[in-house]
Parts: sequence; C-alpha cells; structure tokens
Amino acid sequence: MKILVAVKRVIDFNVKVRVKADQSGIETANVKMSMNPFDEIAVEEALRLKEAGKAAEVVAVTIGPAASVETLRTAMAMGADRGIHVLAEGDVEPLAVAKLLKGVVDKESPDIVFLGKQAIDNDCNQTGQMLAALADWPQATFASKVELMAGENGGAVAVTREIDGGLDTVKITLPAIITTDLRLNEPRYASLPNIMKAKKKPVDQMSPEDLAVDVTPRLTTLKVEEPPTRAAGIKVADVGELLDKLRNEAKVI
Amino acid sequence: MSVLVLVEHDNTEIKAATLHTLDAAAKLGGDVVLLVAGENCGDVADAAAKINGVAKVLHADDAAYAHHLAENMSWLMKGMADGYTHILAPATTFGKNILPRLAALLDVAQISDIIAVESPDTFKRPIYAGNAIATVQSKDGVKVITVRGTAFPAVAAQGGSASVEKIESAGNYDKSSFVGQELSKSDRPELTSAKIVISGGRGMQSGENFHLLETVADKLNAAVGASRAAVDAGFVPNDFQVGQTGKIVAPDLYIAVGISGAIQHLAGIKDSKVIVAINKDEEAPIFQVADYGLVADLFDVLPEMAEKL
Repeated sequence: MKILVAVKRVIDFNVKVRVKADQSGIETANVKMSMNPFDEIAVEEALRLKEAGKAAEVVAVTIGPAASVETLRTAMAMGADRGIHVLAEGDVEPLAVAKLLKGVVDKESPDIVFLGKQAIDNDCNQTGQMLAALADWPQATFASKVELMAGENGGAVAVTREIDGGLDTVKITLPAIITTDLRLNEPRYASLPNIMKAKKKPVDQMSPEDLAVDVTPRLTTLKVEEPPTRAAGIKVADVGELLDKLRNEAKVI
Repeated sequence: MSVLVLVEHDNTEIKAATLHTLDAAAKLGGDVVLLVAGENCGDVADAAAKINGVAKVLHADDAAYAHHLAENMSWLMKGMADGYTHILAPATTFGKNILPRLAALLDVAQISDIIAVESPDTFKRPIYAGNAIATVQSKDGVKVITVRGTAFPAVAAQGGSASVEKIESAGNYDKSSFVGQELSKSDRPELTSAKIVISGGRGMQSGENFHLLETVADKLNAAVGASRAAVDAGFVPNDFQVGQTGKIVAPDLYIAVGISGAIQHLAGIKDSKVIVAINKDEEAPIFQVADYGLVADLFDVLPEMAEKL
C-alpha cells in the first residue's frame, strides 16, 4: 500500500501574527514558518501504518513557493520516503490545491491520502473534502482513530471522527481520503541523524502547468484587518467581589 | 437571488446552528429555500416550514441520508444546485464535512466560516485563529458558504408557513457507510448556544475535578467546556473543546478556570460579552482579555462559588 500525505508550510502556531499596515494581508517576512500542526499528525499516522507493515511507501507532497521544500524535508526527516513539490507562488486556494493534489494522485495512485483537517493560516477546512470529490473517493474527515480492516475487497478502513456531539465512525473503502484531527496521535520529532538523511531523499518538482491545473484564485481578498481587541478589565479580590460584579455591574447572573 | 440552506438536524429536531445560518441567509436577500435530507425526518421538514422567513422546504427522505454522509449529501445537492445564487450551511462539523465536497463538485470556491455579510458577493471571515479578519469577494456563479453561528442571531423558529415539497433521492454511494456513534449525553445547555459557559483547563488536574465545575455550572444553568490541554490530557471528551479547532462560543458570560489562554483558545471565546478568568498564575495571558480576573487557587474558588450562588 502506498500513502500520500499533503503538508503545508504555515506561520508557526506560536507566532502572534501581524496584519500588514496596508491591510493587504499578514506579515510573513522574517516570521518563523513550520509545518501545519494537523499535517504533522497526518505524516505521523502514515508513518505508523508503514512501521506496522501495512504500507510500503509514504510520499509527502506540498504545494507552495520554493521555501516549501523545507516542509517536505521535515516530513522526510520524520520518515516519509520521498517528496513531491508543486511549485506555486502566491495564494493557492483550497479548490486549486485539491485539483493539483488530484493530479498528483493520478500519477501516484496512492491507496490513502492523509491531510490535516485544516491549515492554521486560512482556517478553511476544505482541501481534503474537495480532493475526495474530485477523485470521487470516499472521505473521512476529523479523524481521531484509523483502523485498517483486513479482508475487505480491495481494502477498507474504519475511521472514528470527532464531531460536535461526540464521535462517529464510518467505514470507507480504499482508495480514500482521511483528514486528521488533534487526538489521532502525537507526532514524533525528527532526530538529527534523520534530518541529515532527509537531505538525500529525492524530491520531484513539478508545476501547475505540468498538472494542467489553472490556479487562478476565485476569491479576491479586499482587505485584511485586525479584529476588535478586548481590553483587559479589572482584578477582583475574592469570590464575593466577583459575584457582586457579575450580578450588579455586568448583570450577567 | 435565491438561497438554499442545508438544515442540520438529527432526523428528530433542527439544530440551533441552522437558525443562526438563516439570519445570514436573510441578510443576502432573496428567497430562502431549506433542504431537509434525512431518514424518516418528516417532522423536521414540518418544523422547518414553520421557521420565519422561509419560502419553501425541500424534503429528501431516504436511508442514504440517515447519517448525513458527505458523499450522498453533496451528490444530492449538486443535482439540485441549479438556479441558486448561494448555498449555505452552518460551520459545524456537519456543514464543514459536506459543503467543501459540494463546492468541488460544482467547481466553485467555498467561503468558510463567515462572520458578516457585506453584500451578496462579499463576506468577512476570520483567519489565523481570528487574529485577522479577511474581507473576501466571490465571483463564482453560486457562492457556497459556511456560517459561524455565534456571529449571527437566531431567526424565529415560528411564524412561517412554507410549503414542503418532496424531492427524489439521488441514490447511495456504496464506498462509504455509517458504523456507529457515541454522542455525549448531558442535561446541561449546549456549549454553542448557552448563555453562560464555564470551562476548565489543565489547571483542573484531573477529569474527576471537573465535578467542581459542574456544581457551579448547575447553579448557573451553564454549559461546561474545556481547553485543548484538558481534552488532550483526557480529562473530558473532545466535544467539550472550545477554541480555533473546537467550538466557537459567544455566551453572555464565559468563565475560564485554570486556563492559561493560548491564542487558539482565545479564538473560540473572544466574542463572549463578559469573560471571567480564574487562575492562580497572575501572568496567565487569559487575564489580558478578561473583564474580571481573580488570581486564586481554583480549588478554593469553585467550592466557594458553588456555596454563594
């Protein structure tokens, strides 16, 4: 079995982002970048299937500017066997990303594609579902548990999903798309020797043109602004004062 | 202008998020048509027809829709999308699962989690965990949109008298099937619609200690939530999580207990009217957004609150 994992380079989750003064976007110059945390979980899940002898190869794919290759190296340092870099500048929307990934899926014929459920930059939560639609494959989003089911014709997987009311479980046949949620696993850190080894692993580069995908955005971002900020309030001395304020000042209880 | 809204329900009743989504639909203008797809969900279709401002209810009843599998739901919606200028669903796990799949089938962008309607083609949505607000314009022929419920008031569930029209099933996709679900049962109000929410973080130290929160919650008729740290530590189930990737809440009163206030958590609470922070670490970032802060040990504070309420 072959597993494809999609990874995205985003501003590190610990960075407090700043809106550009001209409201055209977010300041990314000299800001620490990392792999989207949900994608780390996706890579980890693929590697665990490989280590359990269920998968033969784990291929990481990213879409983005030249520097995105760093994110592929991170995936390969974690243990992915090779990388695919679709070189694309600027903002590539989820629909275009899904079309590019569909092109890669057609070339690679994976049995499972893992993606993070959302990227923490645009918070869209769309790409996996869109890829599933374009490939006409079944989807299991927000996965917190993934179990391969033996003996099914062509293979199947039972996926437990984190939903608003609790958990649900779906069975999907392979090939399939799975998007990962926080509780699926705890991703490993890459060791220094593995970081060194990753530098020698092969990366195929291709362009949107190679995959015959038009990545022109469908949406125009008119402006990006700071949200209204909340000012810090007051400190109260004890429970009595707190309840008094809530009853008589804020009038919320 | 004609707006199709996908109704979230459990085959028995309509989920509150739908009513909030309908306020966004009303702001677009034009006729609002509801889609109720499920199994044996005639009561839901009838209830949908009574919602204020609804022009028509389309009712698809088939086992294929019993559990709202995205494959079947999106295929049904693709077949009926013609003629609508907008297709909306709540930005809940229900809507987020289905709508992007539909958008790709229609070859249009999806606009996720909108918090304001500026005009029929321009919307505001949070990015970077709500640390920035983007205004985006769509040129697609049909705009596929998920709506953040807390950003729009609920429309009245009564007062309408729309017709209900049965529509054909679009069939079952056999590569995906529902196995089962474990839904949390609680007599307390739902997190996303409660007037008061009290949440615990890592400072609670254990799942057993959440009973201290629950005692206070019961006195206030509050919902109980948690930070990611508390969920990851296994204190409470995933559906308690409030934050960027969990639930977004905007109650009149939010009480954060033993929560430090990571930006991902603040993203889920900052539209609350009043925020109270109780934490023994006076440097905790939560105090920077709290209207009332109490620097104290939660194990002293919670029993005292329960007693004085």
